[in-house]
Amino acid sequence: MTTTQQTPPPPSDDEPGSRHDAQVIDREESWRGYAEESDDELSRATTLRLKAQSRKLLGELLRPYKKMIWLLVAIVVVENAARLAVPYLVHLGIDKGIPPILAGEGNQTLITVVVAVLASALIQAFARQLFLMRAGRLGQTILLGLRRRVFDHFQRLSPSFHDRYTSGRVISRLTSDVDVIDEMLETGFDGLVTALLTLVGTAVLLLTLDVKLGLLALLSFPVLFFLTAWFRRRSQLVYRRSREAVALVIVHFVESMTGIRAVQAFRREPRNEQIFHGVNDRYREANLESFRINAIFMPSIKGVGNITIVAILAYGGWQAYHGHVTVGVLTAFLLYLRQFFEPLQDISQFYNTFLSASAALEKLSGVLNETPDVPEPKEPAKPAQHARGHLELRNVKFNYVDGVAVLPGLDLDVPAGQTLALVGTTGAGKTTIAKLVARFYDPTGGQVVLDGIDLRKLTEDDLRERVVMVTQENFLFTGTVADNIRFGKPDATMDEIVEAAKVIGAHEFIVRLPDGYETAVEKRGSRLSAGQRQLVAFARAFLADPAVLILDEATSSLDIPSERLIQRALRTILADRTAIVIAHRLSTVETADRVIVLEHGRIIEDGSPDVLITDGGHYAGLHQAWEDSLA
Amino acid sequence: MFSTAILGVGVSLSVPLVTRAIIDGPVTRRELDLLVPLAFLALGLSISEVLLVWMRRWAQSRAVSDLEATLRHDLYVRLQSLPMEFHNRWQSGQLLSRVTVDLSTIRRFMGFGLLFLVINILQLVVVTILLLRLYWPLGVVVLIAAVPIIVVSLKFEKKYLAISRRVQDQQGDLATRIEESALGFRVIKAFGRREHVKKQFDDGAVKLYGTSVEKVRLASRFWTFLEVIPNLTLVIVLLLGALAVGRESITLGTLVAFITLMLSLIWPVESLGTILAMAQEAMTSADRISEILDTKSSIESGPEQLVNPRGHLRFENVSFRFSPESADVLHDINLDLAPGTTLALVGATGSGKTTLTALVPRLYDVTGGRITIDGHDVRDLDLKSLRSAVASAFDDPTLFSMSVRENITLGRPDATDADVQQALEIAQATFANDLPWGLDTRVGEQGMSLSGGQRQRLALARAVLAKPAVLVLDDTLSALDVHTEALVEEALRNVLSATTGIVVAHRASTVMLADQVALLEGGTITHVGTHAELLATVPAYRQLLAAEEEEVHA
Repeated sequence: MTTTQQTPPPPSDDEPGSRHDAQVIDREESWRGYAEESDDELSRATTLRLKAQSRKLLGELLRPYKKMIWLLVAIVVVENAARLAVPYLVHLGIDKGIPPILAGEGNQTLITVVVAVLASALIQAFARQLFLMRAGRLGQTILLGLRRRVFDHFQRLSPSFHDRYTSGRVISRLTSDVDVIDEMLETGFDGLVTALLTLVGTAVLLLTLDVKLGLLALLSFPVLFFLTAWFRRRSQLVYRRSREAVALVIVHFVESMTGIRAVQAFRREPRNEQIFHGVNDRYREANLESFRINAIFMPSIKGVGNITIVAILAYGGWQAYHGHVTVGVLTAFLLYLRQFFEPLQDISQFYNTFLSASAALEKLSGVLNETPDVPEPKEPAKPAQHARGHLELRNVKFNYVDGVAVLPGLDLDVPAGQTLALVGTTGAGKTTIAKLVARFYDPTGGQVVLDGIDLRKLTEDDLRERVVMVTQENFLFTGTVADNIRFGKPDATMDEIVEAAKVIGAHEFIVRLPDGYETAVEKRGSRLSAGQRQLVAFARAFLADPAVLILDEATSSLDIPSERLIQRALRTILADRTAIVIAHRLSTVETADRVIVLEHGRIIEDGSPDVLITDGGHYAGLHQAWEDSLA
Repeated sequence: MFSTAILGVGVSLSVPLVTRAIIDGPVTRRELDLLVPLAFLALGLSISEVLLVWMRRWAQSRAVSDLEATLRHDLYVRLQSLPMEFHNRWQSGQLLSRVTVDLSTIRRFMGFGLLFLVINILQLVVVTILLLRLYWPLGVVVLIAAVPIIVVSLKFEKKYLAISRRVQDQQGDLATRIEESALGFRVIKAFGRREHVKKQFDDGAVKLYGTSVEKVRLASRFWTFLEVIPNLTLVIVLLLGALAVGRESITLGTLVAFITLMLSLIWPVESLGTILAMAQEAMTSADRISEILDTKSSIESGPEQLVNPRGHLRFENVSFRFSPESADVLHDINLDLAPGTTLALVGATGSGKTTLTALVPRLYDVTGGRITIDGHDVRDLDLKSLRSAVASAFDDPTLFSMSVRENITLGRPDATDADVQQALEIAQATFANDLPWGLDTRVGEQGMSLSGGQRQRLALARAVLAKPAVLVLDDTLSALDVHTEALVEEALRNVLSATTGIVVAHRASTVMLADQVALLEGGTITHVGTHAELLATVPAYRQLLAAEEEEVHA
């Protein structure tokens, strides 16, 4: 393995590279290629830290419901007490109820005992129903809280986190991991609690009934303990593996389905099938192993139970022969042991869910412990009601990977209302500037200042109200065209939406859609062409009405009439606001008030487009090439 | 597997009978010498039971995990073969939840539930028979108690089925929201719409919460019911049994055996609730999965092979609509591309250019007319053969989380290094060699992120490498800067001279790659000619392509 690689150069300065702490190089099957991965192999220290974190998370999740939980504990204790009373009452029935009848002294004692059994059966039923209902609801409430919390946290984390964490993993955290916890709450929790209480209750009762027999029965406990410890250790390993395996399955699946067009067009199916077979098989192996662990554990528990019962039967029979114990006590013993071992076998089933839930919880707590790289200010500045849009970059430094500076120290002053175009080759730092201004990242040195306030001092709401970025990655959400435009301003009226679409020049194609503005865009806008999606994204940005608008290659998929329309619109839209425009098409650039040409993060030319065209510099060259291309 | 299970049940049931023998023999009748043999008998029985269980589980483990993996594989294969039309309709969150949640539900049921269901029912039947034989009046009591259990179970099943289906569907909807929030994260961030998206998610989550609580309520009632019946039965049995012992109709040992046996029913009956619920969920899941497996692909492979395709592409009266109810997106399209010629397709945004190109490799099928390659209707061609003859580079380049090499050789896995390098050069994508691990660097979602222009160039290299007879370039150069674009175009000119090409173009420079230009307006081709001809004679065309200059300087 070539771990001696130096820090890799940034992949592209236009896009954030991977910023990993761990330099673990992942060696998968060759198709996956190499990448740095941060969490494939967990060190012992990390595991411990994760455990502590997840315990803390669990505590936080449960704390608000402390009272409810104590109530549930009380209910479950009552339920189990009633349950455990039954064999004892049977023993009383046999030992105390039958002799009087045999002696012809009537059945008074028996009736009393039977009524007691009836009462405990009813109490048990009532308590159980109450417990199941309350615990179920509580579980769902906690789950809802967890879902909300993780979802919100993901949305709060910075883009750099998402670049590195990838959407596939975000999705699997929020779906399969949360579902696993749901499953634990639904089936496992009740079983686990009942088994624990039965364990303790039975031990106490057995000792009270008969010390010698009780001690004999308790001999099985160390064996059980040992078995469970083994099971726990093995399961934990296998579970982690199976979670990792399922994550790979999910990633490959989601990518194949979202990229299905390329898959089909290039007859990728057989190769994908092969790859999927590989990841699927690894998941199968992990599942198989967990099955096998159960296949050993469950019969072993049963074996211990059976041997204990036989031992009690033999020893108890001998004791009964000598009259040291009654038949009733012996019966009660047998019933208790059965009641004890039967659920214990299935506890492994619950324990599995419990384990995968705690593994999932570890991952979730890992996410919740991530702090945004671009944190909300502790003491936010109070910006003026109406932003003017005066933007300053003061000695801004930035590097994605340590040591390789994308911006070595940039000074730039954009007066309010100016439209600034950034020009430069791939890797010159254009997108980086855009992302710093939109505060997708914070600079590693220097300041980005809006109307005299450092961006780091603005709350997210204040910032997003003032600065909006449109990229070529114009994601559309499920819903109608109107919904997607409204995304720029959730409380916009229909008139405002139509107005925005008209200004941008999207109105015409929208009304031609089957249901006009109410046409559903289908999965990620697949109903619209790339150009149409871009127009919708523009209308969205226009509706948001920010003081600073950043356009990063936002017109690349448009045809000329649309682009022209947008340019015309931009002239009005941008007239009273600050704008940063990045475009390969010089036609867009030339509408700007000012152009700066960047190279390796430094400004090499700065001026109005008209002037730059004539001064024979870099921009003039670009302009010439572009004119030639128009042919 | 089932035989070991049945043997296991038989063995476990004989233990209470040995108990009776011990109580009635050594204890009551003072026959001490019987105790040891009886104890050994019990021990032997117990151990053989454990061995049987172990054998069964071991055998089962492979069968079940194989079943799950096979099902998942089949689903995946099926989904890959379903046409675009299907994938546009289905949210991938819904698909994902089928491949993960639904399949593990089935696995759990097959691995745990199904067998227990059989064993429990078997145990119920056998024990009831045993009880009847031990002392029939008490046996009848137990039998009667079974009636309400069966009735309620059946009723419960139906309700539970409906509600668990609802929960699963809502989970799928929520998964869709989650997926969008992850994929559209940057847009959400750019607009500061965290609260808005959160609210939408919240609505879905709260709805799911409501349904889940309803499900819990239903289940808790049922489970309690399953527990209370055996206990009530115990009350009656204890009363009648003790009285019977009093009348000396049965021995004490029989009563103990009877109660032990009967109480051994509690656990099977109680877990029956969980297992039935599990069975219902598994059935719902199976339904959801067969929804996909049963979907017929509307695009089936044809019988004919395309041998040494020349790339003679013809559109004959082609029309297309997305669904039978909607209007035609394309109609009366007639084009004839001789082998080796390149056609530029020009049209306003949304005029159907991309759709038109997608018809050639049958990502969609024409709804009227036909498309032929070398005289074969594309629908008569073997899909594999067709799609190796046609390669496309799309406007939004999809890169998979795999090595650069794997991504480029998508259409031609057997390409040599020299081929790959050549394609990279044509597409101006040699930057790939300078990535940290060269062509072995992982790109895409899970790998190194590349800029839009870099992605486009890789997608172009992919299409070029496929060496197709028909090459479709759908606005492939939009994210390139002028300089790179000029270089790519220069190189493409050579490639296109040898193949039939369709180039979707927004720019005059791209149009120049083509021999002929077709103007797409109102869903049909209105003009075909050279760039100069159209520029001179067609105002609409001028509108689309030429006016750039004046506008800029206006």
